[in-house]
Amino acid sequence: MALEIIELCTNCWACQPLCPSQAIYEAKPHFLIDPDKCNECAGDFADSQCSSICPIEGAILNADGLPMNPLGSLTGIPTQKLAA
Amino acid sequence: MQLPVLNNTPSEAASGGGCSAGSCGSTDDQMNHLPEHIREKVFNHPCYSEEAHHYFARMHVAVAPACNIQCNYCNRKYDCANESRPGVVSELHHPVQAVKKVLAVAANIPQMTVLGIAGPGDPLANPERTFETFRMLSEQAPDIKLCVSTNGLSLPEQVEELSKYNIDHVTITINCVDPDVGAQIYPWIFWKNKRIKGREGAVILIEQQQKGLEMLVAKGILVKVNSVMIPGVNDQHLAEVSKIVKAKGAFLHNVMPLISEAEHGTYYGLTGQRGPTPEELQSLQDACEGDMNMMRHCRQCRADAVGLLGEDRGAEFTMDKVEQMEINYPEAMKMRAEVHAAINEELEGKRLAKEAKMQLVSIQGSKPKDDSRAVLMAVATKGNGVINEHFGHASEFLIYEASNAGVRFIGHRKTTPYCEGGDTCGDGESALDVTLRVLAGCEVVLCSKVGYEPWGPLEAAGIQPNGEHAMEAIEDAVLKVYEEMRVAGKLAPKLDEQQKVA
Repeated sequence: MALEIIELCTNCWACQPLCPSQAIYEAKPHFLIDPDKCNECAGDFADSQCSSICPIEGAILNADGLPMNPLGSLTGIPTQKLAA
Repeated sequence: MQLPVLNNTPSEAASGGGCSAGSCGSTDDQMNHLPEHIREKVFNHPCYSEEAHHYFARMHVAVAPACNIQCNYCNRKYDCANESRPGVVSELHHPVQAVKKVLAVAANIPQMTVLGIAGPGDPLANPERTFETFRMLSEQAPDIKLCVSTNGLSLPEQVEELSKYNIDHVTITINCVDPDVGAQIYPWIFWKNKRIKGREGAVILIEQQQKGLEMLVAKGILVKVNSVMIPGVNDQHLAEVSKIVKAKGAFLHNVMPLISEAEHGTYYGLTGQRGPTPEELQSLQDACEGDMNMMRHCRQCRADAVGLLGEDRGAEFTMDKVEQMEINYPEAMKMRAEVHAAINEELEGKRLAKEAKMQLVSIQGSKPKDDSRAVLMAVATKGNGVINEHFGHASEFLIYEASNAGVRFIGHRKTTPYCEGGDTCGDGESALDVTLRVLAGCEVVLCSKVGYEPWGPLEAAGIQPNGEHAMEAIEDAVLKVYEEMRVAGKLAPKLDEQQKVA
C-alpha cells in the first residue's frame, strides 16, 4: 500500500512537508515517495495528504496505478479542452 | 538627468493644503490621500507609488512554489521563460541561492529598493522557505525593503511571524467577499488537512482573507489589496470589495485585468472566459476611486521579475551568472545610499517645482468652467515623465484624461510595437490593428515621432497623431493639446452624452 509520484510532478514542494511518514523526498527530475515508508496516511488522516494538496491531475497514483486526482477533477477544465 | 521643463509629473503632492486627486495634474492619485507616515514608507516603493516606479526598481525571488488553493486564472505548471505574468518563473531558488541573487542584483542595480516574494505559489504556504529568505536578508541587506503577497488563506496564523522581519508591506489578493462569486473563481482550497471544493472552500478563504487583513492593520503593517477583474464573474462585485477593504484599513486597491489566453492552459483560458477591455477596467477603477486609493500603474509582474516595473532583467541574473559574481555588499550598500540620495534629491526638486506651480495657479485663480467634455490621450514614453518614445517603438502607452479639472493618469495599455510586429499576429491582426484596438477611446496619441504610414489609419480611427511635443513633460503637453482642442471647438459634449443628459 503506497502512493507514487510520476513525471507529471512540477516539483512544487506542496506535498513534502505534509507527509506524516516523511516518505516524500526531493529528487531529480521530480519528487518521489519512498514506498517502504508510505502507508497512504492510514491512521493519521482521513485523506492521503499529498494527493489532497497536489494541484496536478494525474501526478500521484494509487497502489493500483490509477490517478488519485483524475483529469478534470481539480481544475474543472472539460477533458476535451485539455486534449486539444 | 533634470529636464529643463517645469515638470508637473507625479510628485509627493503636498499633504493638507495641496491638491486633491484628479484636480491638479498629479498622476500619483493614490499618494495624495495618504497620511504622512504611510507616504514615508512607500515613497520609494515602485509598486506603491506611481512616481517611484519611474526611478526605483524591484525584484521578486521565486522561493515559494507550493500553493494551498487553486485559482481559475492560474496554471500550476508554471515554468515558462517567455511569458510575463504573475505565477510564472524560470528557475526556483532555495533561500540561500535567493539571498545571493538579491545581493547581486542590489549591487548591480542600485535603484533596487524592494524585494518581494510573490510565488510562484503562495509565499505563506511555504513559510519555512519564505521566512528563511526574509531572515537572512534582514541581517545581510538591511537597506532593502521586504514585502510579500498572499492569497490570504494562511495569513492569520502567519501575521505574528511576518511582523518579526520588518516586513511592512503585504499584498492580499481578494477577488470577492461573496462565497457564491468565490465558488466561480476558486475550485478548491487545502484547509486543515483536507481538500475542500466549491462554495465551502470559498467561505473559508474569504473569512481568512478578511481576518488576515484586520490583523495586519491592527499591527500597523501596510496592506495593499489586489483584485483580478473577471467580466461576468466579479466585475459587478469589486466596487463592494473596494469599499469593504478600505473600511478595514487597506491603503491601496489594485484592480488588475484578467489574463486568460488559451495557450496559458488555465481554466479561464481554456473555457473562453475573456478579460476586460481597457475601457471596462478603467470604468471599474473610476467607480472604486471615490472610496479608495486606486493603483493604476501595475504591470502584473512575473514571480521572478527583476528591474524597473515594465522591464525584466532577470536573464542577467540567472543562478549560474550570480554564482560567478563577487559581491562586497557593505561596499555596495554605500554606493546604493548615494544613488538613492541622488534620486531623492531629484524627486524633491520636482516636488518643490510642482508646489510652486500649484501656488501660481491658485494665485491666478482657476479658469471658468464650461461644459467641455473630458478627453483621453495616449502617450508614448520611455520614462522620466516626458514624451520621448516613437509611436512605432512603443510597447505600451500611458493613458491620461484631460478635463476641466486638470490632467490625471488613468493607466497603461500594452501593445505590439508597430515597427517590430510582423505583418500579422494572432488572428490575422496587424501590429497597427492591435494598437488601434488598445487605444480605443483615445482621441490623441502623443509621441516623440510618428511615421507617415500609421498616420492615416490613426486619423481614420478618430485618434489624432501628435509629434509636436517631443521631450516635453507629459502633463504639460496633454494640457496644451486639450486647450488647443478647446480653442478649436472640439470639446463640445458628444451627441450621445447630450441625449443622455436630455
